[in-house]
Amino acid sequence: MIDDMARAATTTDAFNAVAEPRRRQILDLLAQREQPVGDLVEQLGLAQPQVSKHLRVLREVGAVRVREDGRQRLYRLNGSALKPIFDWVRQYEAMWSERFDELDAVLTRLKAEEENGNDEHE
Amino acid sequence: MTSTSEAAPMNEAVVTLPSDEQILITRRFDAPRHLVYRAWTTPDLVKQWWAGRRGQVDTVDIDLRVGGRWRYVMTATEGFPVAFHGEFREIVPDERIVSTEVFEMPGVAAEDLEATLNTATFAESGGGTTLTILVQAGSKDVRDAIIASGMESGMQEGLQLLEEIARGLA
Repeated sequence: MIDDMARAATTTDAFNAVAEPRRRQILDLLAQREQPVGDLVEQLGLAQPQVSKHLRVLREVGAVRVREDGRQRLYRLNGSALKPIFDWVRQYEAMWSERFDELDAVLTRLKAEEENGNDEHE
Repeated sequence: MTSTSEAAPMNEAVVTLPSDEQILITRRFDAPRHLVYRAWTTPDLVKQWWAGRRGQVDTVDIDLRVGGRWRYVMTATEGFPVAFHGEFREIVPDERIVSTEVFEMPGVAAEDLEATLNTATFAESGGGTTLTILVQAGSKDVRDAIIASGMESGMQEGLQLLEEIARGLA
């Protein structure tokens, strides 16, 4: 099978590539060390075809590089392609997390008020 | 009877990009959905959470009916104003709100600003509420513009996983 390498590996494609939770996991593992697909399969508990499929998507957008090492193919993270994406998702998530933390506090008060209110409705 | 303490680690905001034109935000709350809906749609309550810890909310106008307008304005800690507005397109009380959203960019004429179509869904789950916000941009370019503006605003740390990855990238 031939990968569709003609597709432009733009930043926004990489955004979509890393948005998938499994692929984020793979990137996390590759951030720790360069490794062959078998090691990823073991750590993720997924079938090899699935892992290979995710790796192919990540390679297409330049997020992951591969090299031959004897009979093995070793995968590693290509950090420069991904830094802006991680920065953005992290920032966007952080903004919403802050809002939601404040919303939690509001909800705690509303719950307490409602419990008092219900007593009065008797 | 029910213990809610063990639910805390699950209550993390998760952001994904389901397609080229979409951003999806998901978060679980330990409260019934009519309260989450109330906190989401009552101006005095929105004022208490919308700025996060990044400033002070100055104005929250909500005309909660189809065709009604909304506008939020805050002053960031650094002193600059941040404003969004839009129009309600669909309202199902306690369940779903569909509205447009425009970020008021300083120096950009209102007619040049592209709106996203946002769907907030309130779903009851396990004694709590899962809120999802689907941001639908008109094009990949608009979504990318949102992403670009987010990258410039210098926000703080996020999920631990991503921090670890970012460290690995440094």
